[in-house]
Amino acid sequence: MEQQRESAELGMWLFLITEIMFFGGMFCAYMVYRYMYPMAWEAGSEQMDFWFGTINTVVLICSSLTMALAVRSAQVGQRKALVILLIITMLFGCVFMGIKGVEYYGHWTEHQFPGPNFQFAGPDAQHVQIFFFLYWAMTGLHALHMLIGIIVVGFIAYWSWRGKYGADYYNPVENTGLYWHFVDMVWIYLYPLLYLISHKHAG
Amino acid sequence: MATAVVPTVERENYLNAQYGIKSWLLTTDHKRIALLYLLSVTFFFFIGGFFALLIRLELLTPAGDLVQADTYNKLFTMHGQVMIFFFLIPVVPAVLGNFLVPIMIGAKDLAFPRINLLSWYLYIVAGLLMMHCMLTGGIDTGWTFYTPFSTAYSNTKVVEAGLAIFIAGFSSIFTGLNFIVTIHRMRAPGMTWNRMPLFLWAMYATSIIQVLGTPVVAITIVLVALERLFHVGVFDPKLGGDPLLFQHLFWFYSHPAVYIMILPSMGVVTEIIACFSRKRIFGYQFVAFSSIAIAVLGFLVWAHHMFVAGISLYSALVFSFLSYFVAVPSAIKVFNWTATLYKGSISYTTPMLYAFGFIGLFTMGGLTGLFLAALGIDVHVTDTYFVVAHFHYIMVGGALMGYLGGMHFWWPKISGRMYPEWWGRLAALVVFLGFNLTFFPQFVLGYMGMPRRYWQYSPEFQILNVMSTAGSTVLAVGYLLPMIYFLWSMRYGKPAPDNPWNAAGLEWQTASPPPTFNFEETPVVTWEAYNYGEIDAKEVPVER
Amino acid sequence: MFDNFPLWPTRASTIAGNVDALYIFLLIVSGMICLLVFSLILIFAARFRKRKGVPAEQIEGSHALEITWSVIPLGIFFFIFAWGAFIYFKERTPPPSTLDIYVVAKQWMWKTEHMGGQHEINSLHVPAGRDVKLIMTSQDVIHSFYVPAFRIKQDVLPGRYTTLWFRATKPGTYHLFCAEYCGTSHSQMIGEVVVLEPAQYAEWLGGGPATPLPLAGQQLFSSLGCSTCHRFDVQGRGPNLTGIFGKPVLLEDGRTLTADENYIRESILNPGAKVVSGFKPIMPTFQGLVTEDQVNALLAYIKSLSKPAQGTVGARASGEPATGTTPMNQVQ
Repeated sequence: MEQQRESAELGMWLFLITEIMFFGGMFCAYMVYRYMYPMAWEAGSEQMDFWFGTINTVVLICSSLTMALAVRSAQVGQRKALVILLIITMLFGCVFMGIKGVEYYGHWTEHQFPGPNFQFAGPDAQHVQIFFFLYWAMTGLHALHMLIGIIVVGFIAYWSWRGKYGADYYNPVENTGLYWHFVDMVWIYLYPLLYLISHKHAG
Repeated sequence: MATAVVPTVERENYLNAQYGIKSWLLTTDHKRIALLYLLSVTFFFFIGGFFALLIRLELLTPAGDLVQADTYNKLFTMHGQVMIFFFLIPVVPAVLGNFLVPIMIGAKDLAFPRINLLSWYLYIVAGLLMMHCMLTGGIDTGWTFYTPFSTAYSNTKVVEAGLAIFIAGFSSIFTGLNFIVTIHRMRAPGMTWNRMPLFLWAMYATSIIQVLGTPVVAITIVLVALERLFHVGVFDPKLGGDPLLFQHLFWFYSHPAVYIMILPSMGVVTEIIACFSRKRIFGYQFVAFSSIAIAVLGFLVWAHHMFVAGISLYSALVFSFLSYFVAVPSAIKVFNWTATLYKGSISYTTPMLYAFGFIGLFTMGGLTGLFLAALGIDVHVTDTYFVVAHFHYIMVGGALMGYLGGMHFWWPKISGRMYPEWWGRLAALVVFLGFNLTFFPQFVLGYMGMPRRYWQYSPEFQILNVMSTAGSTVLAVGYLLPMIYFLWSMRYGKPAPDNPWNAAGLEWQTASPPPTFNFEETPVVTWEAYNYGEIDAKEVPVER
Repeated sequence: MFDNFPLWPTRASTIAGNVDALYIFLLIVSGMICLLVFSLILIFAARFRKRKGVPAEQIEGSHALEITWSVIPLGIFFFIFAWGAFIYFKERTPPPSTLDIYVVAKQWMWKTEHMGGQHEINSLHVPAGRDVKLIMTSQDVIHSFYVPAFRIKQDVLPGRYTTLWFRATKPGTYHLFCAEYCGTSHSQMIGEVVVLEPAQYAEWLGGGPATPLPLAGQQLFSSLGCSTCHRFDVQGRGPNLTGIFGKPVLLEDGRTLTADENYIRESILNPGAKVVSGFKPIMPTFQGLVTEDQVNALLAYIKSLSKPAQGTVGARASGEPATGTTPMNQVQ
């Protein structure tokens, strides 16, 4: 059983490494263009909603806390605490998605979605559009991973409620925790890179 | 241990343990999954090979007279896509690797059997999507789908093909992940890292590349698809993007990918050379670490595909320099294989002939890599047939011959039957001769200046093209022969003993074919790898 | 070399000999290594074939051998690297004074334009014995300018200039191939490079009416309204372009870069990207309003503007009035 537990954990770490490489490609594109067009990057970042981004960061950090506490509850066999903490984690995740949705809607109505309808009043609109493309692509990919995470946590919460996990077997909870922390970490990197370039910002 | 006893056909093994299509399509037995892969990769090999034949037919004459230009462009694109993503990358890991890794390690199955099945289904979904794409118009971007042609100019189904490769990529990632965890966590008692057969070291190194590199091409495909769908300009200069960024991201995976294609075959060759020299491989540690070195160094050289692309002089110098380092571990392997033959006891079985062929052709292909890594030469020969010849020597002369050698070596274990030995040797010879006739002229063509991906060409290149096409027909025969006699052997082949070659390795200590759970009891390993000295000592006449 | 079975194309440039020399060296080295490995394999396979009663000898390995056959090849490889790098360095470093020719690639043809305004399609006439530099860009996808007889090749990219230089040695007509797959008629995007004796080249140049490129550029500079802001007499709304080509430029964001071909081009097509320090980002973009040929003409014109005293363009702080007759560039 120990062999299975260790195998599953190693498997999850390896999977997370592939995720790092996956996101890494876009981080690489971001860095290249930022280096080449810093003014456009600053201009794009000024269009970000500072408060929404900051609140979302706090929300995700809290969700990682509740997730870690949930794993601990599983370890010590506290079923009720486990279920509650998992549900709170999900709720935090949903708050994040909600705020993101509001942000997206705002950017959409401001014609900040890349493509033929993109508009930007300012110099070097071409590269500001690339900033926005990377913004939508990176946060969109992150949001997709969050969504998957919320669903998976949901399943884990259900099975926890059914009593499947305890001090002797809490592997899936732990591995889900690893995944959740990873998704949180990606946001920790995205937030300063997208929201904190400039002193000035909208909202 | 050698047995002269031929097992009865009625004994239960993984092939007859359960019958019915559901038992195959829902299996989690790594051996059955390996066979599912065998059927599918062979199918795609035929598709890719068919495209190759059409290409070579068109190139018999300088004029474009067999197909139209657009069709020709689709042919070479799809030949490349299918052969790389649906044949070369999965073939040895998913067929031989899936079958052998658990058995060689002394385990009942891989770490994640259901993920293994998922890998196969992902491959099939990807393959079906690719087939659909090909049947409804195909793609014409070249397998390298450079931007902005692929994002803004091609009128073909780039996004669909991209999605197919994306999905196939995840099949590859999950296979690699499975192998890494299996090798780390599921070795039988006594099977230390240094007692593992070198095939497992090669598979481990390959899996590292699969896990680290494939996600990068996955995100690149996503970006290309988004650019095509939403007309944004990450890679399109008209919209402020940089086409070179695409090339960096693409080659960051696609160079290590070539090591995914060659490392497993190198592992196969090591097993074969050891067995048919009756010797432990010379320099075990060095061969093991050379696999890891190739995997690591392989990630550091990608821009040697971009020497004339517009990168800076200094970048080019760095990547050329590093490219020479990655040649050293491959050279180490070749020398160690050769040294293993010294004072061996050598037999010329079909697998051994394929192994010799591999060493010869891989050496030639690898040496031409030195030409390409030399900046001054590369400027002249990049994007010409010189490069085409180089990579076919390694992929076909190397990887494919290694695979065929492995299939012959392990066929008795996989199927419980012996293939006909003389036909095997004949086919190996036909492949070797056909291969050289097909691809050696292409080195000359390249240096003479014939660019690649040309539907029409300048008349002075015709003679060499005719030679190449002639060779390809011989090569095709060489590939058909094993298909035919392997199938024949399943019904009429001699039943195979547990260890027909008297080989070392745990896979030979179980029945041919193995039972579903591989071993009657979990083996406990107390001997070193390649203990041929001990094995053969029991055979030596008593007078010694 | 071998007339009936040539191994390489004719040599028609100064670098071709260097490239072929390295190639022959590599052929010899590879040949020797192949001979070594293949004969060892054949000899061992024959000498140590399986014989009854003669078991194999179990040899673990030899550190000495491993090190030897790692270090010696590595040494040979470094030598090859250095030789190849030397050739490449020469190829990537054009001499200071060259005959410049502009090349615009598009699906599926090559357009070349000489400084004297002579245009060609799918051909390039050059004089023997002169250093020629090609300044190339693409109108659409990536192409590649390849002349096997010269042993040179350079990808031609959209959105920027790449350069290639050579000195042709032998008069004659040589293949020009596109070497980067670019779509349907990639294999028909071929032409010829015609090397002429200098006297014949001069004759060819005078063959028809042509507007010198810098003059065409000057006309455009005026007709497109560039001269409204980029004045030469007093400080205008844009930097004075006299002598800026090749000089360092200080940008609004603090970076300094060189005003090379790509910078000039970007400033015309996307002026907001790299604004000169001290100036406002008010220049309109000309993307879609000028063709690649016109950009080339403007570039040729700007390059032709004579050089003033040294200095960094953009060093002047905004708001300071001009000081009359001196050039607007000041030492920082």
